Amino acid sequence: MATDTSLRGNEPPRAKKAARASWINDPWIRGIIYQVLVAVALIAFVYWIVGNTSENLRRANISSGFGFLGGRAGFDVSQSLIDYSADSTFGRALMVGLFNTLLVAVIGIVTATFLGFLIGVGRLSRNWLIAKICTVYVEIFRNLPPLLVIFFWYLGVLSVLPGPRDSLDLPFETFLNNRGFFMPKPVWGEGSWLIPLAFVVAIALSWFVARKAYRRQMATGQRFPVLRTALALIVGLPLLAYFLAGRPLTFDVPVLGAFNLQGGVQVAPEFLSLYLALSFYTASFIAEIVRAGILGVNKGQTEASYSLGLQPGLTLRLVVVPQALRIIIPPLTSQYLNLTKNSSLAVFIGYADLVQIGQTVMNQTGQAIEVVAIWMIIYLGLSLATSAFMNWYNARMALVER
Amino acid sequence: MQEHDLSYVRMEMINAREAPLRERGFVRWFRVNLFATPLDTVMTLLGLLFVAYFLPPVIRWALIDAVWSGPDRSVCATVAQGGIQPDGWSGACWAFVNAKFSQFMYGRYPVFERWRVDLTAVMFVALLVPLLVPRVPYKLWNALAFFVVLPLVAYFLLVGGAFGLPYVSTTLWGGLLVTMVLSFVGITVSLPMGILLALGRRSKMPVVKMICVIFIETVRGVPLVTVLFMASVMLPLFMPTGVTFDRFLRALVGVALFASAYMAEVIRGGLQAIPKGQYEGASSLGLGYWQSMGLIVMPQAIKLVIPGIVNTFIGLFKDTSLVYIIGMFDLLGIVRQNFADANWVSPQTPMSGLIFAGFVFWIFCFGMSRYSIYMERRLDTGHKS
Repeated sequence: MATDTSLRGNEPPRAKKAARASWINDPWIRGIIYQVLVAVALIAFVYWIVGNTSENLRRANISSGFGFLGGRAGFDVSQSLIDYSADSTFGRALMVGLFNTLLVAVIGIVTATFLGFLIGVGRLSRNWLIAKICTVYVEIFRNLPPLLVIFFWYLGVLSVLPGPRDSLDLPFETFLNNRGFFMPKPVWGEGSWLIPLAFVVAIALSWFVARKAYRRQMATGQRFPVLRTALALIVGLPLLAYFLAGRPLTFDVPVLGAFNLQGGVQVAPEFLSLYLALSFYTASFIAEIVRAGILGVNKGQTEASYSLGLQPGLTLRLVVVPQALRIIIPPLTSQYLNLTKNSSLAVFIGYADLVQIGQTVMNQTGQAIEVVAIWMIIYLGLSLATSAFMNWYNARMALVER
Repeated sequence: MQEHDLSYVRMEMINAREAPLRERGFVRWFRVNLFATPLDTVMTLLGLLFVAYFLPPVIRWALIDAVWSGPDRSVCATVAQGGIQPDGWSGACWAFVNAKFSQFMYGRYPVFERWRVDLTAVMFVALLVPLLVPRVPYKLWNALAFFVVLPLVAYFLLVGGAFGLPYVSTTLWGGLLVTMVLSFVGITVSLPMGILLALGRRSKMPVVKMICVIFIETVRGVPLVTVLFMASVMLPLFMPTGVTFDRFLRALVGVALFASAYMAEVIRGGLQAIPKGQYEGASSLGLGYWQSMGLIVMPQAIKLVIPGIVNTFIGLFKDTSLVYIIGMFDLLGIVRQNFADANWVSPQTPMSGLIFAGFVFWIFCFGMSRYSIYMERRLDTGHKS
């Protein structure tokens, strides 16, 4: 590695130098020798490992390759977003796991972001009590292992809740007991396709209005209440569609049966505790990132904005937040990735995520290398996809300098 | 000259009047910090409601209604659950923690050999404290003793099998002992490995650079659980037939590899922040690569990223709890395992045990983060713009 400083370029041509010093002191030649040594050592190491592995696999009578994915799984999965039964293939079981991972990751990211922004801004509040409550929250959750938080919800809270008979009655016909959280299930009647259609139309219209308003403001300086219009559209149009279609939406309310609650949607305690723990844990980190981002915006920006006559609310929205986002987005991305990776802790409480199902597959087929390879490829893919998206967003938000 | 009568001019200043009540003392504090605006007032009231709703039950559960000692589960269960407490009782079961305390600390380490763990802990603290206090001299010798001598001594003390000490298999280790050993070894291995990986990633040699980039990005892209699985399932496959790995060693390899990839990225951030002039200045002094890195660049780079390094340490300390998945019982694992003890099964047991484990983890992590803030202030030479 002696090449680092001397390979920078502004040095005499090598031929002249070689005349002065022995070739063994030439950093360029040294660099090549080092690299060849490293490469040879690495190749030898890999060769040795591959040889050992194939020898071990042959002894254990395990055939390598991904052919096992087509075999019959033969085990049940507690929660599945796609059709799955014990007769499905191993490959389909892993798909179920992937979708469950994505489900908890996406919902967790949304909740953690919301909570984190709330708490991060709360820590900066002038209100002493609110700032202290938020600080205590951050300091508690940042310094606990995420697994402990998961156990806290799963073993400490949810599994000691009363049984279905004595379910806790919560508002909106929802129930909580040691089998999970029960809520009404929407039943879509005839003509209900109008509602999502109206929703999509409302979003498209809002986007259109926002663009138009932005152009008008750029041209004439006149402002248009975009947020209120968009809210009215997004809430109003689906409501209108709901009544036009003759109120097709009904709810299947959970009712106490002989042993369990009947009907409704059941959210399993495994999912609930994983989701709550990941959101609470990651929110504490996001809160710190948000706080650092807002503090990172120069105070002069706020003062300049006030002297331009902007109200505090507008100052926050138009001057501080856009600049803070530039600081916030890169570390926020890595928190999103952390949350996705931490969702693999599901294996400790038996939530059927990718790792948990992979472990079952591994135990049944003995294809350890293949399963670990599948995990690594999928998690790497998720990481790369998330960073690609966030980099794109970051590039949009980045400072455009002349 | 006409003589003026100046008697109406005051010769002494009068004392300033006391500020109005609303501008001083706790009234002002309350007004500024809690009730500045109507919105603030609403927020304060909501916050008070929140505290009043949560704090009294928590204190009542954890302190007032708690059970501090007892022989078995009956003290922590209501009559309906087969215990002695009145119906509707709910309180922390510290008796469980009390009864299992030595297990939480040592795992299944033989009782008569536990002095060895205690001795190691005493040496650890005795060497760590002077290392952390800046005023104590002989830092180099201290560090040498802490990072080189202590691990060797601790290995023979804890594992035994030499010097007349009976052998204690690592399968018997558990509790805080495992957490501490894993984190200590992880920290001492991951820092130098992270430095090497970071230097490799910034190297001008394409082969070295590529290897480092692939290693760092792969490890950082996957969860620790899969790395641990890999270490526990695949390491034995990689070795020649007949070579077996201690399970503890597998966990160590997994945790250390994982932490070094994160450490490498933290240190790379520091290296990138060092201006090019520093590298050039080192070269023009005639320093070689390792000299300029060791004497000029690294000391500055590491100082810049102390918070990141300590955060990685904290992450590693917390991550040791995941070794439970490959059948090792660290502090959290052994607490979790004891929930199944039929002698102590009660609705209060899990919460009490978890809060105890959380408290221990919290103390360590909080201590580390506070120390890093202190160090950052102390080392701040004001060169950061």
